[in-house]
Formats: sequence, C-alpha cells, structure tokens
Amino acid sequence: MEQWRFEVFNRAWFADVHGNNVLEDIRELGIRSVEAVQSAKVFLIEGSFDKGSAERLGKELLTDTVCEEYYIGRSGKPAGLAKATLIEVHLKSGVTDPVAESVMAAMADMGIAAKSVRTARKYVLLGEVSTKQADIIAKKILANDCIEDVIIGSEAEPPSPHLKPYELKIIYWPVRELDDDGLAALSKEKDLFLNLVEMQAIQKYYRELGREPTDVELESLGQTWSEHCVHKTLRSAVDMSIDGEDIHFENLLKETVFKATQHLAKKWCISVFSDNAGVVEFDEDSAVCFKVETHNRPSALDPYGGSATGIGGVIRDPMGTGLGSRPIANTDIFCFGEPDKKLEDIPKGVLHPRRIMKGVVSGVRDYGNRMGIPTVNGAIYFDDRYLGNPLVYCGNIGLMDKKKCFKNPQSGNLVMVVGGRTGRDGIHGATFSSGEITHEYETIFSHAVQIGNAITEKKMLDVLLQANEANLYEAITDCGAGGLSSAVGEMGEKLGVEVDLEKVPLKYAGLNCAEIWISEAQERMVIAVKLENLEAIKKIFDGENVESTVIGKFTNDKKLVLRYNGQQVAEMDMDFLHDGVPKVRRKAEWKSPKLSEPSIAEKENYNESLLRILSCYNVASKEWVIRQYDHEVQGGSVVKPLMGANNDGPSDAAVVKPKFDSEKGLAISCGMNPLYGDIDPYWMALAGIDEAIRNLVCVGGRADRIALLDNFCWGNCRKPETFGTLVRAAQACYDGAIAFGSPFISGKDSLNNEFSCEDGRQISIPSTLLISAMSIVDDIDKCVTMDAKKAGNFLFAVGETKNELGGSHYYKINGQVGANVPKVDLETAPKIAERIADAIAKGLVVSCHDCSEGGLAVALAEMAFAGGVGIEADLRGLPKSDDCLRTDVQLFGESTSRYILEVEPGNYDAFAKLMLNLPFGQIGKVTEEKKLVIKSEDGRKVIDADIESLKQAWQKPLDW
Amino acid sequence: MTHVKAIVLRAAGINCDMETEHAFELAGAEAERVHINRIIEDKSALEKYQIIVIPGGFSYGDDVAAGKILANQIIHHLYEPIQKFIEGGKLVLGICNGFQVLVKAGILPGMDSGGEKGPVTITNNDSGKFEDRWVYLAPQAEKCIFIESGRQIYLPIAHGEGKVVAKDKATLEKLKSDGHIAFKYVDENGNEGDYPVNPNGSVDSIAGLTDATGRVLGLMPHPERYVRATQHPHWSRLVNKRNGDGMTIFVNAVKFVQKNL
Repeated sequence: MEQWRFEVFNRAWFADVHGNNVLEDIRELGIRSVEAVQSAKVFLIEGSFDKGSAERLGKELLTDTVCEEYYIGRSGKPAGLAKATLIEVHLKSGVTDPVAESVMAAMADMGIAAKSVRTARKYVLLGEVSTKQADIIAKKILANDCIEDVIIGSEAEPPSPHLKPYELKIIYWPVRELDDDGLAALSKEKDLFLNLVEMQAIQKYYRELGREPTDVELESLGQTWSEHCVHKTLRSAVDMSIDGEDIHFENLLKETVFKATQHLAKKWCISVFSDNAGVVEFDEDSAVCFKVETHNRPSALDPYGGSATGIGGVIRDPMGTGLGSRPIANTDIFCFGEPDKKLEDIPKGVLHPRRIMKGVVSGVRDYGNRMGIPTVNGAIYFDDRYLGNPLVYCGNIGLMDKKKCFKNPQSGNLVMVVGGRTGRDGIHGATFSSGEITHEYETIFSHAVQIGNAITEKKMLDVLLQANEANLYEAITDCGAGGLSSAVGEMGEKLGVEVDLEKVPLKYAGLNCAEIWISEAQERMVIAVKLENLEAIKKIFDGENVESTVIGKFTNDKKLVLRYNGQQVAEMDMDFLHDGVPKVRRKAEWKSPKLSEPSIAEKENYNESLLRILSCYNVASKEWVIRQYDHEVQGGSVVKPLMGANNDGPSDAAVVKPKFDSEKGLAISCGMNPLYGDIDPYWMALAGIDEAIRNLVCVGGRADRIALLDNFCWGNCRKPETFGTLVRAAQACYDGAIAFGSPFISGKDSLNNEFSCEDGRQISIPSTLLISAMSIVDDIDKCVTMDAKKAGNFLFAVGETKNELGGSHYYKINGQVGANVPKVDLETAPKIAERIADAIAKGLVVSCHDCSEGGLAVALAEMAFAGGVGIEADLRGLPKSDDCLRTDVQLFGESTSRYILEVEPGNYDAFAKLMLNLPFGQIGKVTEEKKLVIKSEDGRKVIDADIESLKQAWQKPLDW
Repeated sequence: MTHVKAIVLRAAGINCDMETEHAFELAGAEAERVHINRIIEDKSALEKYQIIVIPGGFSYGDDVAAGKILANQIIHHLYEPIQKFIEGGKLVLGICNGFQVLVKAGILPGMDSGGEKGPVTITNNDSGKFEDRWVYLAPQAEKCIFIESGRQIYLPIAHGEGKVVAKDKATLEKLKSDGHIAFKYVDENGNEGDYPVNPNGSVDSIAGLTDATGRVLGLMPHPERYVRATQHPHWSRLVNKRNGDGMTIFVNAVKFVQKNL
C-alpha cells in the first residue's frame, strides 16, 4: 500500500482567487510584508496503484488542466524566490472530509481503488514572514483550531487517520452516597450543567432503583434535561417584581406566549409548540411550518462551521415536522460587534467581528445554497455587546401535505437512522449551550463544534420526500441537540424503545456508547418504520446512495433500553427521563430605569444627520450579504430581498410562491430592536411584533393570517434583574399577539449569553428578542414593493408620529439613548394593519414601506433611491401627536405602526375613504427630479439631497 | 405532432430539477425527473426522450471543482449513450451546474481538438464569491436551436464558478469562428462590459456555449427562474408584464422537437 501525495496549483497566468482572498485578509490583519499568496489543494491517497494510474488521477480527476497543474509528491518551495513560508492545513482526525468521500467515489468510477483519501490545503506565503506572524496568519485566517491542524514550514506528514476500535466497558458513576458538594462536582466534571436540585432528583431515582447510574444514563439525563432541550427557565415558576409590585407565574411560557395562542384558538393553526416547527394551514391541501433556531455558541468558536450547521440543523426541523415537509425558504438574522473595531480592542478568546461576520455569512451561503433552498429574509444588527457572543438565528419554512401533519409511531415499529454517519463531533452541544462563555472556552469546548455536509443532507431530503409520498414510515424527527438520545428518546416517549448502539453506523472507529448516543453529528434523521415497509423504503434509500440502518425497536413498556453487542448499558423509565426534571422557581425583577431625554440643539438642515443614519451599519444596505445567498432557487420568488429600478432597494418582507399550480404566496418577515430594550424590554418586544407585522402588510400579506415566532436571546437569567427583562418581554408577547390576533406558533430561547473576559469583566448581550412572522398572500400579482414608482403619484403617511426618539438611530449617532421609547398603541395598530392590507388587496397602492430605524426620513430616502425617482414631502401633512413638535423628532422618530404609501391620483378618493378615522395624511408626492426634499412645518427645506448621494451613503459601509 | 419528452437528470446535490421540469411542462413537453443511478442501471431508458437536461445545483458538493465529479461519472458511464443521443438529432441542455458538467465532460464545446478533452473550462468568478444577480444576454450563434436570434434576454445568475476560459488564444478564436458562443453577457443596451455586466470575468463575456450541431446548449444563467412575469426583479414597476424571457429557450427546444423529430 502506498501513500500518494498530489498538490494542485493554479497555472501561473490564472488568478489564484482563493490565494488573493487570503492575501486580502492578511493585509486586513495589518501584516504588510506578504507580497503574494499561492494556494494549492493537497490530496493524500492511500492505495495500491501504479504511477500510470496516479498520473491519470492527476490529469483526469484532480486537476482542471486548463487552469491548474498538479505535482505528485511534495513540491517544496517555489524556485527562485528567497523568502517563502509554507503552511499546510489538515483536518483533525475524525472530522468529516466530504471532498475525500467524493474523490473515493469518483476513483471507483475510474476503476482505481483507494483505501483512504484525505484532503488538505497548502499555502505559500511569499515575502518576509516571521514565525510569529506565520502563526498569527495560520490561526486567524487559514485554519480553525477546533477542527483543523496546522503544519508550518516543516516537512512533517499529518497524523495517521486510523483509530483503534472501541471495547465495551460499562462505567458506573456512583451518585447514591455523594453529598451535595459531591453532586455539584460530578455535574461540573462531566459537563452535565445540571444544578444541585436536578442532581438530587437523579440521586433519589437511583437510590430507589438500588443501583448506580451508568455513564450513558447520566449523559442521557444531562442532554434531555438541558436548558437547550427543555427550556427550564422559560417554563419555570417565577416570582416577579415590577417596580415593587409582585406577580407570580406557575409556568412563564404557558402563561404568556403560549396562552395567547390558546386564547386566540385560530382554526388555521394546525400544530403549535408541540412539534419541531409550528404548523399552519396554507391552502385546502397544504400546510406550512416555520422554525427559527439559534446557533450562537458554535458560531462564536467556528463562524463558518457554526452557522453552516445552524442552517443545516434548522432545515431538519421542518423536514422532521409531522411526517415531514419540503423546505421552501430560509431566513437568517445575525448580531455582531461593529465590524470596524480595532484589533487590540477585541477581548482575548474572541474572534474579530469582521471575521465572524464573513465566516457566518459564508457558512450560511454554502450550506443554504447547496441545499437548494432560497434564503429570502434576514437582518443584521451591530452592537459591541455582541463581541463575545455573536447571535446567529437561522430559520426554515417547509411546505407539507395537510393530511400528514402528525406523527404516529407504534410499538413494534423499527427505529431507523437515515443520512450521515455518527462521529465524535458536536458532543455536549446541548449542555454546552447552557453555560457561559469565557476566554478559555475555545480550548475546553472545541469538541462541541459540529461539522456539516450539505450534500449529505440534500440526498437525505430527496429520498425522505419520496418515502413520505409513498407512506412508508410512521414518524420522523431530526437528530439535533442531544443527538440520538433526544430524537429516539422523544419519539419513544409514550411507548418505550430499545436500541442496539453497535448498529449505529460510525464515521470512524473508537466511539464509546455514550458518545454514540449523544453525538450531535449532523445530517441524521430518525424514522419509525413498520417491518412490512422495510424493504420498500430501503430500496428508495439505497437507490440514491443514502445510508439507512435499523438500530432498534419501539416497545410498549415505557422504558429506554440501550445495549451494546447484546449487553445492556442503560435502562431508564421514560417518565423519569422526560418528566423527572424538577421544576425551577426563580426570582425576577424589573425596576423602571431612571432615564431622561437628552437636549440636542435643533438644526436648520438635517442632510448630514440623514446621511449618517443611512450609513449606520444597522440601516446600511446588506446587498453584499444578500447577493451571496441564492434567493431565487426553486423558482418561487415574488418579492425578492432587493427590488427596485436597479434591483437594489431593501424589501420589507419576502414573498414566495411555493406551489407551481397556485397563485397563493407566503410572505415572510422579521422584527427586532435591541436598542429599545435598553429602555424597556416590554416596548422592545411590542415594537418587534409590530415591525414584523408591518413588514408583512407592506408587501401584501393578509393581516388576519399572521403567525409569529419568538426567539429569546438573553444574558444570564440566573440574575433576577436580567430575568426580569425577559419576563417583561414575554408579557409583551402575550399582549401583542392578542391585540393583533396573531398567534405564536413556535419559539426557542438561548440564555446565559455572557462573556467573561480574562480581566474578569463580563459582557452581557443586550436583551434580544427576534420576532419572525409569516402570512398568506391570496394573489401574488397583487404584491407591492417599497420602491417609489412614478412621478406625480401621491404619498401618504398612515400612523401617528409621536415624541418618541428613545433608542432611535438619531440618538445613537448623537451618542444618546434617551427615554421616550416607541410605544405601540395596541388599539390602533391592528386597525391600521388591517386597513392597509385591505387597500393593497384592492389594488389602491403602488408602493408601500414601513417607517422603522431612522424613521420617516430614512423610509422616504429608501423609497426614492430604490425607485430612481425624487420625493417632495411636507411635514405639515404628517399625522402626529400634540407633543411631537420638533423637526428632528418628526424626521427621525421611530414611532411604530407607521406606513408610507404611494397612491396614483386616480385612486386618491378610494384610498382616503378607506383610511377614514385613522391617523393619516398626505405628506407629499413622487417627483421627476432625483432629489429628496422635505419641508418643515414652517416651510424650510430641512432635507434637500440628491438621491445618488443618499444611496451611496447607504450602500458604502458594507460594500465589501 | 411529436409528443415531446424531456428527462431532467437528478444526482446528489442537483437542486434546480423541480423548476426545470416545470419550465419544460409550461413549454408543452412532458418532463420527468430521473436520478442518474436509474440511467446508469439501464442506459436504454434514455431512448424514450428527445431532450436531456442537466439542471443547476451543486452536484456532489462541487467537490474538487464545480461539476467535476458528475462529469467524471458521465465520462465513465454515460458518455457513449449521450453521444448517440446527440448524433440522433436530439437535444441536450445544461443549466449552471449542468453547463459546468457538460464542459467538464468534454461534451461542450464539443469541438475537434485533436482528441484532447477540455480545451475550455469554467472556473472561479473573478469576484471570488458566489453571487445571485440579474444579467442581460445577447444571443450569438444562429445555429443554436435554443436561441431566438436577435432577442436580448434578461435572466438571473447564481454561481461562484462561472468564469468561462479557453486554454489558449487559438482555442478562443476557434470558439468564435466556429460559432460555439451561444450567449454573451451585455448591458441593457447590448454592449459588453466589466463587472457587474460580465458578472464572473468570463473571457469574451461568454455566458453560454453550443456544440457543432447547435443542438447542445450550456449556459450559466437560469432560464427556469424567469418563466412567469412576477419573477422579474422589478416586475412591480413594469407596465407591460410579459412572460418570462427564460421561456424562449424551453419553447424553442419543444418546437424544434415537434418539427424535426
């Protein structure tokens, strides 16, 4: 057996795109001495073939001979140049190498047998590079410590990939005799993240059983009882004090978010808060399901892999909802530190926000695009409190058969695992999301990073859809947090299940029982199959090279039994596993902060303020990100994320048409404003709900079919004052959902997002509630976009502008927060939404945009430059409250429930009639001249700018 | 009239198969999505179709290079049946990843190059990243039956590796002189230009290639993504909402089969 080494370089006259990107990143690090970077692909192939075959491989498979050339063996340093540093990046052993798998298959097609294939990347840095610099470049740009090994300069070959097989050892962890300190120590030592009360409950259970738990049993409990899986905090009993007044909740979630859904009892809600995603009716035959997850911790460690598995994981939720759905759209919302931060201001143990952002965007791009699911909606927020804890929200929507919205596993069904193999990746992901990040975190939890392979998931999706259509399985769920432990455990919760762990297909040898059971290796689903369907379903899976394996059977004794080669390694009662977690009682507190409004001198002209707000990272165009996502695959796009005369205006929401044979559409949006939470999280949450709903209404979504999702990302909720802000937000969710008649259908939380710096300083994220929303569009031809259409048309403002600059971007650019946070008028807001939806459905509106960050002035600017037309507006026409007197408040205030609508002159009367009794007014018209002119109440031109300069200010900051 | 049947090939990572099937059905063909494994098992299954389509996606993850692994599979299992298919006067269409596959398998440009496969390739965009944006395309080769000569069309691209390059000057000259260039990227007024008019840096603004017969077309843009008026990126501003430009390619293919086969 010989090991062949191939190095593939670009030919000299072809741009080395990858090498150039690396060079750019090196310059961004401030290292100027590197003149050029050459990149090469390395293939290490073990096999008994001769030189002739090796040449064939090089020429026909590994190299694109037009623009590349290969070298068999080690090419060394390029000749003629004095200074060159070689760096090779290899995957750590055990990390999935999809390219290697493809090369193996392709070699088989060519008739050349390989025993193993590994791939690596090689970089030649030309120019003066010190050892320390090489180390920095390797660490910060080329490789990720969690999954990759770096070899700098040396001739050393990477370590052998072959691992020793595992020999069964049943390990008992004595708990029965431990005192409280001992229990706490055990939880910490094994990374269980269980508290003392929970450990005591486990101790009591095993004392009653009269034996000690096995390692597999304790690990299962750690997973099943993790914050990530059971949402202990949100379901806890809460003693809340609001400015000294006490309220008690027996179960916070059930008495707020969930209660609203129960009260509203909408007939079109099919399955809410029970399955992997919330399901609502789409049309007579179909339903849609929506789920949004966070993948914050993994993305902090490995932005690319973390976000890729974030989107990969959330796609499996709709795939595993009911009897499975077909994913039709992705959403992505990120929160990062500001990307222009100086390197020396970044705390130790944290990646630079720009690197995190680039990595996260690439991860979502590569996974989402490969899955063939359009990424249609999202947002990015920047705040330095996200430096240590970036937030990565990924959402997915699936379309499903209305008759297949529920699972029905039965005793006797086989437990089958489908898709990817199980490896050591992602161990302890679920429990790890329950702790707090520190500067040493990277080294301690590197094993929690999961490795994704989109094509494995795509193949699995293709065959599962066929099996679903042929009715060949009884239940399906995904392996997410907690791996097989959660997936099989949940599916068998009401039945009982036995699993033979040695049957689980592994990526490589050496995994022990506990690792097999809790690994969070990606791209795996579990299905329940009747014995009589086994052959038929296998045929479908085998036919497209998707691995499927029967690993156990559902029983009827309500026990979880795990075996390895026939020997029992765990036996637990399902009731204890799923309902045994002791209920938590927590204290929460909210004291209204003493804030005041700043005094900012009024100005004659606000052009500069407008330009600065347009250039705020939160407001600025996200085109650089959006264009990297395929937002049109599947052919369903109607309202794309960018629309307008030059295809570059910011759409309020996306609309997709999920069925070829129906004109019905689905509108998708989000709303979030962490800045308001610094003043009052109650109003922040309502503003988020109102914004998400406004966005749907703006594009033509029905106001009476809106479904909401909540994703709470919070700081350390063990602190009553932090938990208090979450309780405030949850109360707002109830009030908002009831007022708008829009139920929550699914939700998720990620708590304890705090970073401990080396110097002991703690950075907590701002309380961040993401509201995602979707609604039905009856006829996609009636959809409306935000770009102003035609000179001569009238512009109306609907919704009242109040004296509410608190938390606004106008205050932000002036270094202030303020006190007057926008407050949603729950009486009027739903009426406005309904009436505007009605006007759009009646065809009376040609463009519609909501006022959000940056207020009226930003909304008008965006409408003008997206349409390539001018706008003349007059603040006298703006509907406003009595105390809304200042021009800056009128221009930049962020009062909620406000819309700007463009109406053709011929529809003036019909439109005005429809808006009767609502706060509305004509504020101006669309003009030929490409300028935005806004006049104050006393007739001064307070904004007077050409649309090109406004657009540039908006496009430049993130045009990377 | 001939009953037109199109086979839309599926493989691991191919992901534009459903909308491509839909586009052919809109054009009046009967389209069927079939996994490549079924065809490798029974090559004669190809015979009942008149059109083979390799749709877009990331076949086998674009591992090694875009389209490379699927091209390798075709070379070793389906090269002859596909050659026979083309020689029989039938049509082959490759869109995006399908175009990359056709080029890497040597089916396009399919010109006489002294027995050597691959005088042309498709590689990384000059921008170094995947991009989804709309482009104008000017038709070139009159002989290509998919093309409506003289009609500039507007379609989206969505790729990271779309830069068409030839091995050398002579190859490029031959591509031009023998009429292998099917579409070029142009601006709204029909002129060639730099990024983003030419979104990936293709030599001579090449967006699509045809073979010597004119019955094989490969192109980077996605015609199946513009088959209804409301797919246009600013449809809400257009006064005349006409059918999507992408339909011309599918309709021409179906008409050709109806008339000639």
